Order: sequence, then structure tokens, then C-alpha cells
Amino acid sequence: MTARVGVVTFPGSLDDGDAARAVRIAGAEPVRLWHGDPQLYGVDAVVLPGGFSYGDYLRCGAIARFAPVMETIVDAARGGMPLLGICNGFQILCEAHLLPGALTRNQHLHFRNRDQILRVESVDTAWTNAFQPGQEVLIPVKNGEGCYVADPATLDQLEAEGRVVARYLGGNPNGSQRDIGAITNQAGNVVGIMPHPEHAVEALTGPSLDGLGFFTSVLKHLVGAPA
Amino acid sequence: MPRVVVDVMLKPEILDPQGQAVANALPRLGVNDVASVRIGRRIEIDFTGEPDLDRAREIADKLLANPVIEDFTVRLVETDETVDAHS
Repeated sequence: MTARVGVVTFPGSLDDGDAARAVRIAGAEPVRLWHGDPQLYGVDAVVLPGGFSYGDYLRCGAIARFAPVMETIVDAARGGMPLLGICNGFQILCEAHLLPGALTRNQHLHFRNRDQILRVESVDTAWTNAFQPGQEVLIPVKNGEGCYVADPATLDQLEAEGRVVARYLGGNPNGSQRDIGAITNQAGNVVGIMPHPEHAVEALTGPSLDGLGFFTSVLKHLVGAPA
Repeated sequence: MPRVVVDVMLKPEILDPQGQAVANALPRLGVNDVASVRIGRRIEIDFTGEPDLDRAREIADKLLANPVIEDFTVRLVETDETVDAHS
């Protein structure tokens, strides 16, 4: 049976279309979810896409966290459902306390939009099991508030538990502490990533096809997971 | 009716690049005696009835501030005071 992967649209989401397309190219059925509707329609996993939910008012992701759909998603993720937050989605995951730390204004204050090399460091998550440990991938980064910060004890804990999923190589685009570009929760089902794997799934539009691995990973994970 | 004012500031250990950018612009105004600038947010809350500071603290903790990176203070001010501040 084809896996069903939900993609949430918030007011101000930009990359929900690309995320749904990436899910389809990876071989799953994308299911569009609406921020105001708490129903998940039986999806097996969820992607929170990039963009500017609720206009980034107050703080990026601060208001999206209270969307009706988020309550259901947070409960499902605590129960083990795979959940990927990309860019604004990563910010929402931090605001929802599913991931530690916070994402702040890029240190140099400039919006950064470029193709970025990442080193995948944790391949034990639901979203990165298709990669080799240490594999370098090229995917676009585009953010204004992507500087990952957390207190030193949290950073040490993330490192000690192998929860730094990916680090920036060849230049840190936003000043993130310890070059962190992606992290996961303790269970490995929730991943937040600042660059955009959904923009690197087709030769026509992406700098590589490396982003596809994040979406094929979750399919692999779902096949192995108990129903 | 008094109004609740919530001030949200980045924690001292969190870099404030916006404040730095403003501080760096000051010499262009001929201001050379400012050591640092930090930028925060002021939120004014009017309750329908009596102002409830505990409720305001809850709102600040859950939504207005992100305790990972920000501190907040909650206080009461007379409405006239805020009007003056705007004039």
C-alpha cells in the first residue's frame, strides 16, 4: 500500500507545493492538510513546509504552533509518527517544543539563498536512513532566520546523543551554533532542517537530486515500522 | 483602566544582530558614545475587566516570549502614561 504523507498549508506557507511534489516523486501519496482542520486523514507521516506562516508575526513559527492541526500533529509525533519540519517548519517544531533550541535572525542579517553542502551525520532518523553516515549532500538553503541557538548543555547533549542530523560544510550560511543545519528528537521520528530538500528532487529545478533521500527515507522507515 | 505592558528582550547571552546593526549606524549620525544597543519588543494588553497580571504572565510565557532565547517582564501602567509615551 502506498504511504500517505501529509503536507500542511498554513497561511503564508510557500513550499507546500514543492514538498507535496517531492513526496510524490519519492513514491508516496501526498495529502494536503489545512492549518485550521485538526484532522490528519490517516496520514502515516507529516511535513511542515517552508514559508512565512502567519506572516512570521511575533516570532517565526510562534503562532503556527497554536494552529488546530498542530495539536493533533504534536500528539501524533509524541506517539512516534514521523514529522519533518523544513525551514519555517523547523522553526515551528522548536516553538512547539518538539525540538530543543530556537532559530534566530541570521547573524549577518542578510537573507541567504544559495546551494549548500551539508554533511549528514545521523542516519538513524526516520528522515535520513537512506543516507550513508558522513555523506555530503547539496541542497538549497534560503532563510533570514536560520541561526540555530541553544544553551551549551543542550548543544552538548545533542552531540552526545547523535542528534545533530546535518551540519553546514563550506561556509555556515547563517551563524548557526556548531554549524548545525538539522537536528532530531530523542526518538528520531521528528527532524527539523533549515535547508530545503524538497527543492533538490529533480534535475530540471534543483542543484542535485540529494533532497529525495529525505523523502525516500521516511518510506523505508514506514515499511519497517509496525502498522 | 490600567494597562498591562509586557517587555520582551533577548537574553543577554543571545547575540542581537539587529541591535548591533543599529549601534554600527550611530556614528553616521555623529553619535560616538554608545557602547551597545539591544532591541526588544513592547506589547500592550488591555483586559476587558480588571487587568490580570498572572494571566498576562501566562500569555507572555506561552506566546509572547520564547523562554529559550528571551526574557520578559510584566507591569501595570496607567493608560494615560502610554498615551503620553506616544505623543
